[in-house]
Amino acid sequence: MSDPAVHEFLESWRGVTPVPGAPWFAPQRAAARQAFQARGFPTLHDEDWKYTDVRPIASRRFGSGTETGVDAGLTAAASFSAAGAHELLFLNGQFATAADPAPALPAGVIVMPMSRADARQNESLAAHLGRYADINKHGFLALNTALAGDGALIFIPDNVEVTIPVSLLFASAAGPQPTGTCPRNLIILGRNAAATVIECYTGTDDGEYLTNAVTEVRLGAGARLEHYRLQQEGKRAYHLGNLSVQQDQDSRLVSHAFALGGALARNEIDVRLAARGAQAVLNGLYVAGERQHLDNHTRIDHEQPHTTSAEHYRGVLTGRARAVFNGKVVVHKDAQKSDARQVNANLLLSDDAEVDTKPELEIYADDVKCSHGATIGRLDDNMLFYLRTRAIPAAVARSLLIYAFAEEVIQPIGFAPIRARLEQRVLGRLPDAEVIREFVQ
Amino acid sequence: MLEIKNLHVAVDGKEILKGVNLHVRPGEVHAIMGPNGSGKSTLANVLAGRDGYVVTKGEINYLGRDLTTLEPEERAREGVFLAFQYPVEIPGVNNIYLLKAALNAIRKHRGQPELDAVEFLALVRDRMGLVKMPEDFMSRSVNEGFSGGEKKRNEIFQLAVLEPRLAILDETDSGLDIDALRVVADGVNSLRNPERSLVLVTHYQRLLDYIIPDQVHVLSDGRILKSGGKELALELEARGYDWVRAAAA
Repeated sequence: MSDPAVHEFLESWRGVTPVPGAPWFAPQRAAARQAFQARGFPTLHDEDWKYTDVRPIASRRFGSGTETGVDAGLTAAASFSAAGAHELLFLNGQFATAADPAPALPAGVIVMPMSRADARQNESLAAHLGRYADINKHGFLALNTALAGDGALIFIPDNVEVTIPVSLLFASAAGPQPTGTCPRNLIILGRNAAATVIECYTGTDDGEYLTNAVTEVRLGAGARLEHYRLQQEGKRAYHLGNLSVQQDQDSRLVSHAFALGGALARNEIDVRLAARGAQAVLNGLYVAGERQHLDNHTRIDHEQPHTTSAEHYRGVLTGRARAVFNGKVVVHKDAQKSDARQVNANLLLSDDAEVDTKPELEIYADDVKCSHGATIGRLDDNMLFYLRTRAIPAAVARSLLIYAFAEEVIQPIGFAPIRARLEQRVLGRLPDAEVIREFVQ
Repeated sequence: MLEIKNLHVAVDGKEILKGVNLHVRPGEVHAIMGPNGSGKSTLANVLAGRDGYVVTKGEINYLGRDLTTLEPEERAREGVFLAFQYPVEIPGVNNIYLLKAALNAIRKHRGQPELDAVEFLALVRDRMGLVKMPEDFMSRSVNEGFSGGEKKRNEIFQLAVLEPRLAILDETDSGLDIDALRVVADGVNSLRNPERSLVLVTHYQRLLDYIIPDQVHVLSDGRILKSGGKELALELEARGYDWVRAAAA
């Protein structure tokens, strides 16, 4: 049942020219287009979307932002190239050559925009693109495949460890009319390969734009990926992000997902632990204020024995903000001796803030260890009083406790410049930031 | 130092302290003893300024000032210290940074120069020895993962670093085995001086074998029923609290 509004949305989309344009991708695009037309946008009647109303997106028409220049200050503030990362920059969805040469990567490693892929690289792309993200999951995934613009192709050959972090920076500048991009990334790590990849999404505060990004990841046996996702979009932005990962034997994913910006944003992580011994660690932090709506959905499938997952998400909410945490863990019937742990903790700092937290465990194996816990609380009066009896003023004590709460998920960040940025972004929102900074050094 | 007159305190609208009088001079150690529910911890909390402990009548005079008008942090800067009965765990807040911030806030208030990192560490190491704190306490979050005994020792360690004028020790002996009790008591005794007063709130006489009080008070149902010297504690240990209550009735 095709909704005329959905048809119109597709027809009116003037985002950047779809990439990759290789003929082999055309059938996938067509299928995705059909899937989107059939399915449309998710609604509050969909169990997975009952707390997130995407009508503001569905009712808008998004044009291309290519005519709007992106302020250099915006990209510089979000960039990790000065911190030593090998960075690809995408402005309003289009690849832009960086001013400074990126540090060299080991031989055989491919880090490039998909738009520049040659015939041979297209072969790798064809083997993987669209295999890990499921266009039938919901409309936005189908929409991304149907309209996918440029993004990064990252390929790390077997046994190669890349120590230089790879940074993918997507910056959007809103124009007078809403603009939209559908970035698409593919990250393939060969056997025993290792890499650190940062995805950062940023944009201007003065207008509306949509980012609907999908990143597909395949980790070969024994591969190790440290993945960071920093959503620091502009104040009026709509953001949807999906990370779909498939892991082979004994591979390890460490994901850090930080949701800070945007008016309405959702971050999804789907992980398939598809072979024995695969491990996934998912850390997350969402900090929402004013009328922000931040949704976090994760799904981890333990498909084979001896797979482990550990998930720890924290949220800090002020103003009239609303957040969602939905953590689904499915332990399939063959996945004996699996270990799944999940923790979600939320700090509500105002009476009008709201969080919906929902752990979902489906366990079909009998010899597994699974645990989950969710908390929603305010600042602890006993802690506040304790700090005050130690001569810490009430306002500082409050900020310190908020910061300490977030620090639990900031502290495990391996790449120090990201930790510094997060500390600054979280501290920057708090009163008495300077005093606390002294405290936590 | 501390003069409490006819103090009435209500918590959640219920009167807990019903006319307490107490006079503690500089250098003195006073023990407040009493059965469970007598109001001992309420007295400790109201001195430290905990929210929800409402003074409905009477006064608390500390160094010539009305203590009840001060916020908890102001009391701390003026030299009031509460060693908690149940020290709270504060994940993510480092023990040592908290202590440094606390000490420097107090020093600044007293018009003393703030200590730099080196001076502070020297002081900390010196005081750690007093209560035999293991080295790794320094790198841990406030009380996080500490045993009950370690938490109590950490309170006394903080007392040793902050050097308050008036320290209130709320049930510091509970949860301590005999060796830990001796360590804590030795630490407290070494901090006694003619300028510093201590109020020990305790259920058992045990602690008073090690920290000898100048005066012992029996608190029951929100009133001090009997006061005496250190021998009163021994009598309470032998005879319980009922005879005091019977005599007062």
